[in-house]
Amino acid sequence: MKRFAELIDGLIFTPSRNGKIRLMGDYFSHTPDPERGFALAALTGGLSFTDAKPAALRNLVMTRVDPVLYGWSYDFVGDTAETISLIWPPRPGANREPDLSEVVETLAETRRVDVPKVVERWLDALDAQGRYALIKLITGSLRIGVSARLAKTALAEWGKCPVDEIEEVWHGLTPPYRPLFDWLEGKAERPAVGEGAGFRPLMLASPLEDDDIAALDASIYRAEWKWDGIRVQLVAKGGECRIYSRTGDDIGPAFPDILETMDFDAVLDGELLVTRDGVVAPFNDLQQRLNRKAVTAKMLLDYPAYVRLYDILFEGPEDLRQLGFEIRRKRLEDWYGRAKPQRMDLSPMLPFTTWGELAELRNGARENSIEGLMLKRFDSAYVAGRPKGPWFKWKRGPLTMDTVMMYAQRGHGKRSSFYSDYTFGAWKGDELVPVGKAYSGFTDEELVRLDKWVRNHTTKRYGPVREVEQGLVLEVAFDSVHRSTRHKSGVAMRFPRVARIRWDKPPHEADRLETLEKLIVE
Amino acid sequence: MVDITHMTHMTSTTPAAPSANVASASIPVPESWIKVLPQGLYVEPGDFFVDPVRPAARAVITHGHADHARPNNERVLATPDTLAIMRARYGDAAGASLQALPYGERLRIGEVNVTFVPAGHVLGSAQAVMEYRGCRIVASGDYKRRADATCAPFEPVPCDVFITEATFGLPVFRHPPDEGEIARLLHSVELFPERSHVVGAYALGKCQRVIALLRKAGYDKPIFLHGALIPLSNLYQELGVDLGDLRPATGLKKDAFVGQIVMAPPSAVADRWARRLPDPVVCMASGWMTVRQRAKQRGVELPLVISDHADWDELCQTIDDVGAPEIWVTHGREEALVHHATSRGIRARALAMVGFDEEGQGEMPEPPEVPVRGGSPTQGELL
Ligand SMILES: [Zn+2]
Ligand SMILES: [Zn+2]
Repeated sequence: MKRFAELIDGLIFTPSRNGKIRLMGDYFSHTPDPERGFALAALTGGLSFTDAKPAALRNLVMTRVDPVLYGWSYDFVGDTAETISLIWPPRPGANREPDLSEVVETLAETRRVDVPKVVERWLDALDAQGRYALIKLITGSLRIGVSARLAKTALAEWGKCPVDEIEEVWHGLTPPYRPLFDWLEGKAERPAVGEGAGFRPLMLASPLEDDDIAALDASIYRAEWKWDGIRVQLVAKGGECRIYSRTGDDIGPAFPDILETMDFDAVLDGELLVTRDGVVAPFNDLQQRLNRKAVTAKMLLDYPAYVRLYDILFEGPEDLRQLGFEIRRKRLEDWYGRAKPQRMDLSPMLPFTTWGELAELRNGARENSIEGLMLKRFDSAYVAGRPKGPWFKWKRGPLTMDTVMMYAQRGHGKRSSFYSDYTFGAWKGDELVPVGKAYSGFTDEELVRLDKWVRNHTTKRYGPVREVEQGLVLEVAFDSVHRSTRHKSGVAMRFPRVARIRWDKPPHEADRLETLEKLIVE
Repeated sequence: MVDITHMTHMTSTTPAAPSANVASASIPVPESWIKVLPQGLYVEPGDFFVDPVRPAARAVITHGHADHARPNNERVLATPDTLAIMRARYGDAAGASLQALPYGERLRIGEVNVTFVPAGHVLGSAQAVMEYRGCRIVASGDYKRRADATCAPFEPVPCDVFITEATFGLPVFRHPPDEGEIARLLHSVELFPERSHVVGAYALGKCQRVIALLRKAGYDKPIFLHGALIPLSNLYQELGVDLGDLRPATGLKKDAFVGQIVMAPPSAVADRWARRLPDPVVCMASGWMTVRQRAKQRGVELPLVISDHADWDELCQTIDDVGAPEIWVTHGREEALVHHATSRGIRARALAMVGFDEEGQGEMPEPPEVPVRGGSPTQGELL
């Protein structure tokens, strides 16, 4: 447990992706089986056991510490798991420290009423770091900024093997993944490719710039809309149903309305959306449904989920991935006609003959639900990763507006010495109201200059945040804008980034909030 | 346990002290002779202040941290090492006349006997033991109980009133063993050989302690210092604390710091100064690093829970060890410690003293709530 707890803390504090990969690789090198396999399962969301409720743990800690002191401590720390892990009175030598496998295996066969008793023993035996990892693990909230895909990437780098090969064999395996580690350490053959409801690595598109399109032959590409939802893979195999995000995280539990319609045997690729009466709702609505372990009946009603299908990978046992796109599309249409799944439709194909025609179509589309176009070669096989050439995404031009920098915050990792995150505002009367935050879109040289500007124009400091003079205009680009009750301005931008720094422009000439409000598409 | 009533060596400027064993009938109540004034803790029958926050005619200084040892007092009494630290920091402003009182020696000031006893906080740090007509009050300044190779260990003194700090006065603060924290630093150095490690540490005490711990763990490579840490580290070496090969972190090419450990003040580790270092892993040595959110807020990648203040268990242990029927809490998280003492039948009160660094000398100031959570909730990659 000690190594696992150290890994968890390391992952929490390490901002860079490469740093996290290094930490996980180091852990896999230095930790024996089956411990590391259970850790991998914890990181990839592959563990199932009776979880503990935070309230039960709070009750438990109250039997051991003064409630008044607990209250003050919680007020100071601000997080239940962390407060309990820190305040738990140590009883050194009370019990043997459990290892991760023991925790997982014991909880798998413990009834919920007995969980606190078991947990109490472990809390006594562990140190604060170990207690924190244990509590995060058993309350099922191991949110440490690591996706299943990243954990598998770390495993792949450590085992010197392409991550997609790991994805291929993944669904035939269960924790603690002994055959997988044996294979990666060269001690055994590659595990057989499973037939289960696992994730198949997605095919991704490369971005297409306006200037590059002329070089492409319009006759061999097919076009469809690029929808503004999240990419999902629906897997229904042998009675098991899963919904995977593009990184292979199982997000099914948050979408029971989709799961219950998956009474077929296929693997499908599509876009998850929230729709009302056939109209796609703003992305913000979909967001209400994401990152949840469970959903209420009210949420299912208020934010009904929907999947717009665009590809088929398996039909029954048949792997269609080697077929060309156009053939797969025909198979998808035929399958859809027979299966008639609820809460799903087909993403329509957009016929065109010239790029000019398509560009017009793209520029005409202003709905929030459309991000641009997807171009797919008619003969492209479905291959994992992002091959250059067969698929392109051709995003429509962003919206822009001139805003005024209001606050600057330090960045993370390599940027921690720079004020690199900017909150910007638009005019409302003669007052600025914050409308968004951007931390990209500028070059390293520009960042140095921006950082210097922030330091020379600071009016107030709040810890890592500086308030600055209302003196610098930032032209920001964003994909769309929607209403938001979470923001004082009442609007929220999607993917804002700095397009240009207008050193030349007087702040009072920046745009007004009303301008932004007009861009909202209801 | 020190029994200072049996000390024989006396350095007196005034006639010998009366015996501590005078009739109990005449023992004064503590509040009648030690008072909290705006300038600080005032000892009336000696006419001096302990760690005054404003310049005073006579000051007894517990240790060299800037919130306890302030410049421009007229007459200053402190341990020899604390005076050396004050001279290094303030030069002539350290005080018009400086008088050294070694640990364990007694000095009579007015009607009060003063003795310094080690506090284990930083080099030279002392508890001021004050006796007046059979009543003994100990002002502990700042202190810790665990071993520290750079200073003399804390010694509990039985007393009538124990005046304590409470910087880490909540039961969530239990500092782990130093060795484990240093091992994590060394493991990270091994894991990221192409990067540098910059450790934020306060200039007096913490910096030297971290270096001493690294040396104890067998790390014998040169350790590089930010300019602000050099004078006091040199002074420590002059005063007999061996810190090994120390070098200034200036005038070198970026490459020179690859795989190296660099010490810097907390304010510099994530600021422009650190840009001279190759992809630094930002480390911070502080008791506040216990709380993850605090560490994250500061952009710390490797928090090291190493503190020069007593943690909760040490505070409680010390209250038991000194056996005082009454405690006064000067600064920090007073309410929890007062609550704890009261529940054990000990009279306790918070002195609500101002002017002390609530966060504990150079350790993290807490940033206030960010004023605006502007921007889109949907920025960045989802899932
Ligand atoms: Zn101090
Ligand atoms: Zn202090």
